[in-house]
Amino acid sequence: MSADPAKRDRLQSRPLDLKRGRVDLAHGAGGRATAQLVEELFLAAFDNEWLRTMNDSATLAPPVGRLVMATDCHVVSPLFFPGGDIGALAVHGTINDVAMGGARPLYLSAGFILEEGFPLADLKRIVDSMARAAREAGVPIVTGDTKVVEQGKGDGCYVTTTGVGVVPPGIALDGAGARPGDAIFVSGTMGDHGVAIMSKRENLEFETEIVSDSAALHGLVADLLAACPRVRVLRDPTRGGLATTLNEIARQSRVGMTIDERLIPVRPEVAAACEFLGLDPLYVANEGKLIAIAPAEDAATVLAALRAHPLGAGAARIGTVTEDPDHFVQMTTTLGGRRVVDWLTGDQLPRIC
Amino acid sequence: MKYVDEFRDGALAQGLAQAIAREADPARRYDFMEFCGGHTHAISRHGVTDLLPPNVRMIHGPGCPVCVLPIGRVDLAIDLAIDRGVILCTYGDTLRIPASNGRSLLRAKADGADVRMVYSAADALRIARENPSREVVFFAIGFETTTPPTALVLKEARESNLGNFSVLCNHVLTPAAIVTILESPEVRSLGTVPLDGFVGPSHVSTIIGTEPYEFFAREYRKPVVIAGFEPLDVLQAILMLVRQANEGRTDVENQFHRAVSREGNAKAQALVAETFELRRAFEWRGLGTVPYSALAIRPEFAAWDAERKYALTYRAVPDNKACECGAILRGLKRPTDCRLFGTACTPETPMGSCMVSSEGACAAHYSYGRFRDREAAATVPAEAAGTAEVAVPVTAVRGRTGVAA
Repeated sequence: MSADPAKRDRLQSRPLDLKRGRVDLAHGAGGRATAQLVEELFLAAFDNEWLRTMNDSATLAPPVGRLVMATDCHVVSPLFFPGGDIGALAVHGTINDVAMGGARPLYLSAGFILEEGFPLADLKRIVDSMARAAREAGVPIVTGDTKVVEQGKGDGCYVTTTGVGVVPPGIALDGAGARPGDAIFVSGTMGDHGVAIMSKRENLEFETEIVSDSAALHGLVADLLAACPRVRVLRDPTRGGLATTLNEIARQSRVGMTIDERLIPVRPEVAAACEFLGLDPLYVANEGKLIAIAPAEDAATVLAALRAHPLGAGAARIGTVTEDPDHFVQMTTTLGGRRVVDWLTGDQLPRIC
Repeated sequence: MKYVDEFRDGALAQGLAQAIAREADPARRYDFMEFCGGHTHAISRHGVTDLLPPNVRMIHGPGCPVCVLPIGRVDLAIDLAIDRGVILCTYGDTLRIPASNGRSLLRAKADGADVRMVYSAADALRIARENPSREVVFFAIGFETTTPPTALVLKEARESNLGNFSVLCNHVLTPAAIVTILESPEVRSLGTVPLDGFVGPSHVSTIIGTEPYEFFAREYRKPVVIAGFEPLDVLQAILMLVRQANEGRTDVENQFHRAVSREGNAKAQALVAETFELRRAFEWRGLGTVPYSALAIRPEFAAWDAERKYALTYRAVPDNKACECGAILRGLKRPTDCRLFGTACTPETPMGSCMVSSEGACAAHYSYGRFRDREAAATVPAEAAGTAEVAVPVTAVRGRTGVAA
């Protein structure tokens, strides 16, 4: 037995081989190997007072106000892509879902499903990226779980995160809250994330500078709501893109919408990639953008608040909520014609987040 | 975006629209068919119809490879994937085509068949090389544009003697389909489908040139304008057709000078001629059996022809009785004339092939144009109610939310 108390306290005589090691079934069996993975990888990266207790759950003081809770599963392929990876995405995705409820995110949990044989070096890269994203966002990962499935029964690594936040008084965001006459905004360019992922897909790799817009939006939301507490709807246009998210809101709020194609910000590179892939940027996923709907009289305030934040610098007003028993989202095209902007059909881009 | 935005310029579009409105004779109608689904999609997606005067109407043609692929051919592919256990490689659009007994390639995949979506014929060849112990079949569909890439992989497979690869060929020919439409009684003698000219697909003509259209432009007295797929291309082509109609000309004109010549791509044509031969007959969904309208793989490539390799026998399967895809593909009916449209048949649950591909007339109308039915219903004059003409809006409204009620 070693004389060094720190070494004696270690579960295994040798530390995890984070360079060449691989996940094996023992890492998910709940025994010493699991505890070692948790301590040397997850705890080391996410380190905070709740995790340090080594309990199965985190004990948290209840905040004052209404709680918002959201959960998000991440199965993106490839795991690492320009501008991000599954780890940062899992943190941003859930923080954004909580933030779209108007809440200040407080805590996150993280669940990992790992495939036997997955390189520990990749896992460390993912976990470090999650830790960095959580730290930058100021939202600690306070509890988690890890399971390992046999080779061939997973795809490397899946990450599920759950977030809890608290809504400041006076804020009442609801997808059913859009009213005819309201103004519709987006916080920046559409389609960056989806195209960044597509550019790295097997069989499809193409040269591009486009990076994912993956980002935590709660700071932008806080600034926006401080400037304009009367914002009625916030939502992040992830899978299905702007088009599908607007349809969701139109249906929930029992209204229609008209948007103007000329006002929707799309990067030329994204537009070009969509052009040759046969995609419509309005249906391509975003991971760092939001849609806001607010009374038209607040339009200038909303736009100024969004544009004052680095993540909303490219914000634009794109249209207006209308009365419509069919809940159509209609668009004036660049050409001056009109069309319906319908829900996404099928799945053009599987496993985008 | 360079070379795209220029062809979607709103001001130029308004200029062309004004020219069309100015030159179209208000005393007559102009019924033009855009043959190709790509044009149907462009017209719907960019709202081109809104820029046309009411007496200029576009009829959606059958030029959507997914739409015209008959059920029996999809059945062959599904059987290969399920019964023979091959890796079936296919373009994404074909996955959702409804086959017989409620099947589709997508369902077969969910049931455990190894169906893989590819973006090119070359991807299928690569999959065959990477899986030497598995049989790989490329389910090849499309018009003249997608044929040369299939020809290339057939040649490559033969040159490298790749034994585990074959092609299930469904390539079809544009001019043959147009002649079939022109030969149909509705167009020729009954006059139920007025046709004053065609917008021809430019990508097909980059391969075959404009020459193959000269025969029927002359023979059937129908002008043809070969046009690009950007909305300004389409508008310009419509203007050119209006002018031809006004002047009584029936020429083949080329709007897409930037890539199309009269002769086409001789190298691609030679490649296709080397690997394919004409089929005596081929079934088209909607058009029925059309003579000399499709390609088969030449006997020299028999070892890479899935039909020969697996001794496949084609069995024709009739469409759902209520489905109007056939009449819609011939320009005889509009999507809203079908009682399944928007009710039982939607892009999520397509019954007919026109609802499967975004280039299909029904899917394009459902996804981009539904609001027009409501507007049409709202503007139906009272005295017209009950006539056959108003069947369109009334049918459309019934299936939706009952705005007319």
